Amino acid sequence: MTEKSTATAPKNNAARPPSVWRRFGMQLGIWSVGIVMWLAFVVLAPSAFTQPEMYLAFASSTPIFALMAIPLTLVVITGEIDLSFPSIMALSTCAFTKVVAGGAPIIVGVLAGFLMGISCGLINGYLVTKFNIPSLVITIGTQFLFLGLELAWTNGSGVDLTPTNYATISKIFVGRTFFGVANQFWWTILATLLLWYILNRTRFGSHVFLTGDNKISAQLMGVNISRVKQGTFALVGFFAALAGMIGSFEVNYFWPTMGGGLLLNSIAAVFLGGTSVFGGSGTVTGTFVGAFIIGAINAGIVAVGINAFYTQVFFGLVIIASVLLQAIISKRVKS
Amino acid sequence: MNSQTPVIALKNVSKTFGEVRSLSGIDLEIYPGEIVGLLGDNGAGKSTLVKTIMGFHRPDAGGEIWFKGEQISDWSVAKARGLGIETIYQERALCEQQPIWRNMFMGREIVNKFGKLDVKGMRKEASRLMSEHMGFTSTAVHPDNTVLTMSGGEKQGVAITRALHFEAELVILDEPTVGLSLSETKKTLDFIQNIKASGRSAIFIDHNIFHIYPAVDRMIVLDRGKVAGNYKKSDITMDELIESMYRVARTGNMKEQK
Repeated sequence: MTEKSTATAPKNNAARPPSVWRRFGMQLGIWSVGIVMWLAFVVLAPSAFTQPEMYLAFASSTPIFALMAIPLTLVVITGEIDLSFPSIMALSTCAFTKVVAGGAPIIVGVLAGFLMGISCGLINGYLVTKFNIPSLVITIGTQFLFLGLELAWTNGSGVDLTPTNYATISKIFVGRTFFGVANQFWWTILATLLLWYILNRTRFGSHVFLTGDNKISAQLMGVNISRVKQGTFALVGFFAALAGMIGSFEVNYFWPTMGGGLLLNSIAAVFLGGTSVFGGSGTVTGTFVGAFIIGAINAGIVAVGINAFYTQVFFGLVIIASVLLQAIISKRVKS
Repeated sequence: MNSQTPVIALKNVSKTFGEVRSLSGIDLEIYPGEIVGLLGDNGAGKSTLVKTIMGFHRPDAGGEIWFKGEQISDWSVAKARGLGIETIYQERALCEQQPIWRNMFMGREIVNKFGKLDVKGMRKEASRLMSEHMGFTSTAVHPDNTVLTMSGGEKQGVAITRALHFEAELVILDEPTVGLSLSETKKTLDFIQNIKASGRSAIFIDHNIFHIYPAVDRMIVLDRGKVAGNYKKSDITMDELIESMYRVARTGNMKEQK
């Protein structure tokens, strides 16, 4: 494709930085989709979208799947996928309730939950890297396995988590500390910042990009791609445990079937956010915006007064349009 | 032939992939300040040998790798590079969607004492190396640009400056001139002479005997995974070398000559 800008050579023929468009084109795409959609909702349903209640509701519900979508971004950048995180969510929350029921202090229970999440992630990572099985296939297997173990362990019955017994932990996870905004929203912001840092400012993060871009090159240069992938799966496991506990405390109850319906929300958020399905590129901030777009669609459709059965149609259209937009942008950027 | 300790020595190194034996019983020594040409037909095992020296392939049991007189048991790419061996691969070993700086420091990123990447430092160093040593001034070689937009020669430049930055003791060049223009090829050959001038060593692999012969001190001929010949340049003329290369390809035997 022709590019006009190359015709005007810079002074002294010096090296020039890539244009803003080239560097942030994908990011601009997702942010503009988000803003356009938000403006549309404000115009169509001003009564709902100018009220803070609407945004407070977003801030409490979206984080449950956003918290998993954000680390999932790293898995996708390495060229893999994880379909088992909703089950990890359920199994690690189950571990938390069982340890507490066994008489251990709550903090021990929380640690047990995280430990379970990380272990499940490491099992995924181990199976994928050790046996070279496509993650798409193996995590379908572990998704059934983890959920099955959890259902067998709980015998299908839930656990009451009323704040009287869990005052402190419930406040930390899902309290309304600042401006009445649910704490899980702040946790999500924190997770985004943390994972941005890991991805962009650590050796591990660099290796995540290199592994997904060209694994042979990365290996030839001494990158341990198995360890990198295992690390990304473990991160998803950890955050699935966090999301599971937050989701349960939000409703004061642990449902053994929790996590159902969150899988596609999280995956859609990652791809909406501009992460390449082929690996090698992606951003956690994009996923963050993508998650809130998905969250807004749900609420927006109802607020605008459209029959809720159209939600899926709208979902489909927004996702397809965004991904098409990204395909067009990336083609232009790379030419 | 040389009283110095070799930079790297392979002793009885074999490599088997399933049923296929790619290398069998390779003995090889590279001395400081020496440029060694590695010749051989397609499938002779040149690339496998390079990847074994680099720790990408693990030699079969019984093979030994010695670095500066010390046997190294847990050989790996990270270890090889840490000790000062860099390879410029035929396939460049680049990650094309990533910016130049990330490619240049791939696997050996600079971090501060808290483990934070020194992105600014890597950008600056990448930019300096590319312009000072490779003379690149094209708009495509800003350190933040992706490799995707670069020409073949520029990509090669990234791979070469990578070896430059790490001041490798031993540089391995696996068919570095494939796909390069005349001036880019000359630049690469100059780079090999600079390695020698600074007292370091190189292994130079190329299909083109006319590139290899003038550039090297010694030549090793591989055939079907074995060392078929080992010549000092002073012991063989280019014509004799070409002659015996033909003979090797036909008979697998080099030793018929006087």
